[in-house]
Amino acid sequence: MTSPDCILETRGLEKRFGGVVAIASVDFRLKQRELRCLIGPNGAGKSTFFKMLTAQLKPTTGQILFDGVDITRAQPHQVSRLGIGIKNQVPDVFNNLTVAENISVAARSRHGKARAAAKGKDVMERLGLTALTGRLVGELAHGQRQWVELAMVVALEPKLILLDEPAAGMTADETNKTAELIREVNKSAAIVVVEHDMQFIKQIAQTVTVFHQGRVLIEDTMDKVQGNELVREVYLGKSEDD
Amino acid sequence: MTANWQGNGGLVAATVLGLVLLLALPQIVDPVMMIELTSYVIMAILALSLGLIWGYGGILCFGQSAFFGIGAYAYAIAVINFGDSTIPLLLSIVVPGLFAALLGYFLFYARITDVYFGVITLTVTLILYKVMGATSGSQYVIGAAPLGGYNGIPAVPPLNLPGRPDVALSFDGLFYLSGLTLLAVYVGLRLMLKSRFGQVVVAIRENERRAELLGYDARFYKLATFAIGGAIAGLAGCLFANWGMFISPDVFGLAQSAQVIIWVIVGGTGTLLGPIVGCFAIQWIATKLGAQQLLNANLVLGTILIGFVLLVPKGVVPTVSDALRRLKFRPYVAPLVEQRRVP
Amino acid sequence: MDLLVVLSFEALKAVASLALISVGLAIIFGMMRVINLAHGEFLMLGGYAAIVATKAGVNIWVATLLVSPLVVGLFGVVIERTIIRFLYGRPRDTMLATWGLSLFLVGLATTVFGNTTEGISAPAGSLQIGDYRIAAYSLIIIVIAIAVFAAIWAVFRFTRYGLIARSTMQNADMAAALGVNPSRVYAVTFGVGAGLAGLAGGVMAPITGIVPTIGAAYVAKAFITVIGGGPAILAGTVSASVLFGAIDQIITYLSTPVIGEVALLAAAVVLLRFMPQGITGRFFRRAA
Repeated sequence: MTSPDCILETRGLEKRFGGVVAIASVDFRLKQRELRCLIGPNGAGKSTFFKMLTAQLKPTTGQILFDGVDITRAQPHQVSRLGIGIKNQVPDVFNNLTVAENISVAARSRHGKARAAAKGKDVMERLGLTALTGRLVGELAHGQRQWVELAMVVALEPKLILLDEPAAGMTADETNKTAELIREVNKSAAIVVVEHDMQFIKQIAQTVTVFHQGRVLIEDTMDKVQGNELVREVYLGKSEDD
Repeated sequence: MTANWQGNGGLVAATVLGLVLLLALPQIVDPVMMIELTSYVIMAILALSLGLIWGYGGILCFGQSAFFGIGAYAYAIAVINFGDSTIPLLLSIVVPGLFAALLGYFLFYARITDVYFGVITLTVTLILYKVMGATSGSQYVIGAAPLGGYNGIPAVPPLNLPGRPDVALSFDGLFYLSGLTLLAVYVGLRLMLKSRFGQVVVAIRENERRAELLGYDARFYKLATFAIGGAIAGLAGCLFANWGMFISPDVFGLAQSAQVIIWVIVGGTGTLLGPIVGCFAIQWIATKLGAQQLLNANLVLGTILIGFVLLVPKGVVPTVSDALRRLKFRPYVAPLVEQRRVP
Repeated sequence: MDLLVVLSFEALKAVASLALISVGLAIIFGMMRVINLAHGEFLMLGGYAAIVATKAGVNIWVATLLVSPLVVGLFGVVIERTIIRFLYGRPRDTMLATWGLSLFLVGLATTVFGNTTEGISAPAGSLQIGDYRIAAYSLIIIVIAIAVFAAIWAVFRFTRYGLIARSTMQNADMAAALGVNPSRVYAVTFGVGAGLAGLAGGVMAPITGIVPTIGAAYVAKAFITVIGGGPAILAGTVSASVLFGAIDQIITYLSTPVIGEVALLAAAVVLLRFMPQGITGRFFRRAA
């Protein structure tokens, strides 16, 4: 089975939509408390990959192991209970509930009343949401809603956090703050970040995996990846996404 | 509209107001009107049950009358057989609750769309109407209770003091009991919605996928909400059988199902006050329409339903309270996102 | 042997009737993803149109096959323009509005025609099969159902409207991007669906008679058929009609029509547990 220091492993993971192959035979391994960045042009399959890890999509073939458990056929809530938290690409929050209610729903999923309240308060303070507690999330700006979603994920205290474009639509200041938060949360959880913002990636990256056309193109340190001919070709040849 | 300003103070105030009305109305309203009023109160309990399922659970149930009818029949059949009404009363809650749970298991765990859900629940009640209608004849008897087909079951014995079948509930007693039940259901639901369970139910209505990614099994929460709503509707059915001392398949009919929907949409989804207000208003209009021959009741109710869907889709209570909120906080800019509403 | 022929014939008639009363609903659902809760009342209007026309001296075939679908079809277009079009993208509200329409039409018919059963006699006698007699009108229903489905198939397959309709069903946004005006497609579709309901109502009128509340008797079966069939209009309606028609007929033969209908509902609920998108959602995703 998986080696003990491995928190996530996919074996031959594949997803086809009709005739289109979105993810083709991906073997992916992530160590405990590792921080990994996932990059690649649009349509490379990054979000599809995330959705399969969190049971939002069922793989066509292949296997997903999380913390030694096969979660290939699990339900989304079971995956969450095992300890995977995800921030989706588009702010995925409860628009008609207040900030405090959003975070409380998240915190109470794993904690009793008292601990959840403490945890929620702590998370809101850390993310600077305290001033907004009573506001409806739907009324907030895009960046603030991203923070709320991030806060919900952090309040779950997952063992693995998947962040799909956490810095999208944020100011430089907010981006820096996000990077700082990621490093801090990384002390207790493994994190996979999908991002297009290369400056942001450089701030946090240790190992980078490049997806291209549903496959892993290369997996190495940021410097090596940046110097790689193939990666340059994929990015410059196909899209302007960076 | 699960607004925060309605804190515990609001709940206490509502309870006190409810108790005052309960004690005062029999003193100031004439006896004939009291009979009408008692039925309004019973129907308001039914309206609340749909208000929970639809307005908070986001579950599009078009067949709430099925649970109402099952509760009524369960009570009537059991009380005719048992004599004492204690167990029949419990059955009128448990049987429809279990029926809702069974139906909900098939539908929620299949993750069918809400359009399908609405249609299936409507079909269930229509078919129950036909099934109960087909039970005329001496072979259709459960214990001592003949089912009677479309003629229904006459002379349903009233509720009695537990263990004392000789001490039956008077008609005034039924009004007080129904009023207290309505109040208890209202307060109970308000408290439930404040609990973790209630919070999760509303969160699932708002964004089912997000709730699941936070570790909540949406199917289970919907199933539980649906079963609770079914049980409350069944209790209302029991009271209704007491009110008329009679029960017939009409409780399952299309007209009854439509009425519940109209009460809730007129009053406003996503509130508990709305369904009660809508129920009283529409029932009052229906009573007035019944007293004249010029306009057909269905014609008017259909027009009201179309009109509200097109013109006041949020219902009366949320529309009024939004307007009040806007007056109160003048600088407040209307939210850019869609309003709190479950269509 | 004769009994077997008669029973198969009855089963075929049950399937044909089910398909006929469901197809208008299926077209509106397949194209617009909306269940028209006034479908039963469209059938009722079709019945009244046939009866009124016949009583006014119109030939009964013209009344049921031409007047009923035309009257109800035009009515459908009017309804789409005055109510439905304001509710696009809100399937829940569309269902509620059509439910309101359903009540309104029951009320209107009661006001105009009164609460009594009206009828016309079936314009055909009976056929002799061995020792058994069957109503010739049953044969006519089967023929009409086949003709209707053949016509719909031809329209989908060979006309511009059919092409647009199929592409709208596949992907409404894409069809709009290709320059199709979805709002006109929807208006025509609603009219066609209503017209087919009217036709079915006219054709069934000689058998069932017509009262303002007759819609409720039809709709449960039609809803189950359409939901069980799923989004593909022809394949869905036909496959669900065959499945449910057979179940209904067998259980009815063994017990009573009411139990047959209960079995039909139970079968549909169980079916949806395993195929939440209906039969065609699972097996013929690309079929029309």
